[in-house]
Amino acid sequence: MLEIRGLTRRFAGPGGRTVLDGAELTVEGGTIVAIVGESGAGKSTLLNLIAALDLPDQGQVLLDGVAVSALDEAARTAWRRAQLGFIFQAFHVLPHLNLRQNVALPLWLLGGDPAAHAASADRMLARVGLAGRERSWPSELSGGELQRVAIARALVHRPRLVLADEPTGNLDPARAGQTLALLRAQIVEAGAIGLLVTHSWDAARTADRIVRLADGRLQDLD
Amino acid sequence: MRLPPLAPVFLGSLLRRRAVSGLSVLAIALGVALGLAVQIINGAALAEFDRGMRVLSGAADLQVLGPGSGFDDALFEDLVLHPLVAAASPVVEVAARRVDGGGALRILGIDVLRVGPVNPALLPVPADLPDVDGRFAAFRQDALFVSPGVQSALGIEAGEWIVLAAGSGQARLQVAGGLPAMAGQAVAVMDIHAVQTRFGMAGRLTRIDLRLATGVTPGAARAALGAVLPPGVRIAEPDESAAQAGALSRAYRVNLTMLAVIALVTGGFLVFSTQALSVARRETEFAFLRAIGIDRRVLMRWILAEGLVLGAIGGGLGCLLGYGGAALAFALLGGDLGAGYFDGIRPSAHLDVAASLSFLTLGVAAGVLGSWAPALRAAKIAPAQALKGAGTGRESHARAHGLASLACFVAAALVAALPPVEGIPVAGYAAIGLILAGGVLALGRLSAALAAQLPGHPVPVQLASARLQAMPGHVVVAAAGVMASAALAVAMAIMVASFRHSVDQWLAQVLPAALYLRAADSGQAAYLDPETQRSIEGVEGIRFVDFLRYDTIRLPDGGPPVTLIARPASRDGRELSLVGASIAAERPVWISEALADRTGLAVGGRLRLPLAGQERDFTVGGVWRDYARQTGALVMPLAHYREMTGDLRANNAALHLAEGTDVTTVSERIRTRFGAGRFELSAPSEIRRISLQIFDRTFAVTYLLEAAAVGIGLAGITASFAATAAARRKEFGMLRHLGLSRRQVGVMIATEGGLTAAAGGLGGTLLGFAIALILVEVVNRQSFHWSMDYQVPVLPIVLFVLALLGLAALAAVLAGRHAMGGSVVRAVSEDW
Repeated sequence: MLEIRGLTRRFAGPGGRTVLDGAELTVEGGTIVAIVGESGAGKSTLLNLIAALDLPDQGQVLLDGVAVSALDEAARTAWRRAQLGFIFQAFHVLPHLNLRQNVALPLWLLGGDPAAHAASADRMLARVGLAGRERSWPSELSGGELQRVAIARALVHRPRLVLADEPTGNLDPARAGQTLALLRAQIVEAGAIGLLVTHSWDAARTADRIVRLADGRLQDLD
Repeated sequence: MRLPPLAPVFLGSLLRRRAVSGLSVLAIALGVALGLAVQIINGAALAEFDRGMRVLSGAADLQVLGPGSGFDDALFEDLVLHPLVAAASPVVEVAARRVDGGGALRILGIDVLRVGPVNPALLPVPADLPDVDGRFAAFRQDALFVSPGVQSALGIEAGEWIVLAAGSGQARLQVAGGLPAMAGQAVAVMDIHAVQTRFGMAGRLTRIDLRLATGVTPGAARAALGAVLPPGVRIAEPDESAAQAGALSRAYRVNLTMLAVIALVTGGFLVFSTQALSVARRETEFAFLRAIGIDRRVLMRWILAEGLVLGAIGGGLGCLLGYGGAALAFALLGGDLGAGYFDGIRPSAHLDVAASLSFLTLGVAAGVLGSWAPALRAAKIAPAQALKGAGTGRESHARAHGLASLACFVAAALVAALPPVEGIPVAGYAAIGLILAGGVLALGRLSAALAAQLPGHPVPVQLASARLQAMPGHVVVAAAGVMASAALAVAMAIMVASFRHSVDQWLAQVLPAALYLRAADSGQAAYLDPETQRSIEGVEGIRFVDFLRYDTIRLPDGGPPVTLIARPASRDGRELSLVGASIAAERPVWISEALADRTGLAVGGRLRLPLAGQERDFTVGGVWRDYARQTGALVMPLAHYREMTGDLRANNAALHLAEGTDVTTVSERIRTRFGAGRFELSAPSEIRRISLQIFDRTFAVTYLLEAAAVGIGLAGITASFAATAAARRKEFGMLRHLGLSRRQVGVMIATEGGLTAAAGGLGGTLLGFAIALILVEVVNRQSFHWSMDYQVPVLPIVLFVLALLGLAALAAVLAGRHAMGGSVVRAVSEDW
């Protein structure tokens, strides 16, 4: 379960402001939550705090009861490595690794048998419809295919929490629909929690819940 | 002037990356400055030498030139009465050593009554001295007239007396006036009869300056008068000497210029690196510009314009530095950069518009050509893919580059075997260029091969290895400058070490005696007559003496004089530093490598030489290594020389001491017997020390260049890593999201940097070995006509490579830290 408790983040300086002001959210496993909000509402700050890439001024983030902000940097890095999966709007697939290597990257970081990593990556690629393309290079893929690689990479190590930033922002509507369906199926099947940040109502509607971030707080939309 | 509307878009980029742009400008400026300075210095020295030759030859249309020992002065009578000749001026030239210290003096003996119509600049102007009748000063047998240059160099004033080694004794001469028309020249004038009698040149002349009768062409007179000249005496137009001096120093100038060009190439590589990285970083920007309607050719032109701006600034700065450097070099090293071609010449730097424009153009060319490949890449960017941010992916040219690289190396080997063009090793330089090109093309493969050797763990190393194997082009971009500068540094280190080692070995071989005695610096001014020779042999503690006789002779090819050395030698010449095979001939001469190249003769060949006014045939018994005389020298047995010429004098003596006798004691005995300043005495260790000191001074410029090239190369790799790391901030941010720690990302960047530098450094070192081989076997052999033993200074090179790798890895780590600073984790999610 993901719990966000009274999360507050202020930025100092002349233009400083309170971006998050006691935000609260609880999400059960196997659930996908879409977070919507206007540009500058604080979605980046919220995701950075959830991913433990930034620390709150007040409040805390708990994943399965673990208060992430209480950990030191090395522990936070190890936690992120094991518990989180990321999907970005610009894919960020490494151009110098082939598809198998790209997908296996989180497994490399966790250590273990390289052959097993390769097999897991291949299985994951097959699940996102890229079987037989393991040795292809990112430059040979379309945008939709690249995002499928990113989904495979985000899920290959079975994380508890998947953070997806506008995962369909660079895709046409048809491919966006397919990608979201794939993402949802994979997250649900893994019993993970999905947080989907999006400006697209079509994308948001595929989630189990839609939460709006405004004035530093999170509010469920019916 | 109004800039085009798009100028801020592109040229503004140069300002944004000031540090990297500055380094490129600096590299180009260095190459331009060095090249221009060499041209200015050599040009000024040659112009001064040329002016000096013109002043010395005055209005002479032709000059009759003889060997160093001169020719019979009866020839003057024949020529002065010849109907083609309007006026003739006899000259006898000697180089005399000051016994009372202060170096050697070039003295021209002239006939005051005849020199005026032919060469008025040599007319002495008597000083106003007390108790001396100035009207007849020029005829005094003890009067010397010196040029302003000599006066300042020797620090002597009119009226002072100096003592010179002369003949088998000494000459005490008074500075009786000056030669105001000879400013800038180091020369003195005396009455011709005084020189002949006091300096052992009785009845001899070394030169006759001729003014031809009205309507007679030099060509016609040359043919007619040439027929009456004895063997070993030739007739030439005065500017031939200047041309020979130019040819002699040309190879040295071209070599230094080529080093400057290599520095420029390094600068070009640096421009390439920075521009290529900049293009990679601005891909999205270019894609956007293309999307809004900028033509791909316009895009390419603007990126070339960026290179042009870098080249123009670097070239302009280099020109300023070049003139500054030239002025400094004149002050510190002289007009020949320490090489000894223009001793006594005092040139100064002047504006050379043609050379300045040429090097400015070269600087601009380095900037534009360095930008060419990046500009092409920018023009080929597919806007849709670049805007999507998918990256360009893995390169697929490694194999093609491997073949092209191999082709370059093979071509270099073939080209290196070609002969020189006009004495310039053009093919050698082309081979060096091909080797560098081949190296750059192989760089990607080399780095991939090194990366493949890395272990599969830990993950940062695995990631670094994957990147280097998949994207060899990025390695080329970052390491090309390092490779070029490392290759240059290693090649120069090996060449200089080989040369120094060979000179050292040669000195040890040519100086076997315990002590050396010289009567004069050179020429015929002073000598050891038979009585003096016997007296020297009789000094207690001397076991035996090898006497040496020096002369200069002129070959029919019209080239510069050749040094003749008559010395005791075995029939097979084993005492000489022979290279290759030798034979025991009946009447042998052993020719230097320079003379072998000049005459095309090999062992066993027949050589006809003018000796004592007669042509005589000799057999080439062997070829020997001579680092002292670039225009050629030959050795013959002293006994043969004496038998053929009747000349029993000697110039130098090699003293072999009896066992248990020390050099200091014998030196003291000689000074006691003959007078303190009569002879110049030197121990081989002292000669060796001075010779190597001169050697090191000569190569001071190249050491400076090496240091600058390596500094620029290292700065270049630092700039490359900084730019690459900055361009990959999103990648690093993504890796941090996935769970790589800062340290791990740092390790990854440092591994990439270390491997890239290793590829550049190791590749450069290997290329350096090959380039050094070309420098030793082709460039030096063809430029200066001397061979040397290939000698690798192992320790300095190992230390250099280790320092290079360490500094490069450090630079990479610093660049990585810089890239990881601030909000790198947010770089990946700027749109959240």
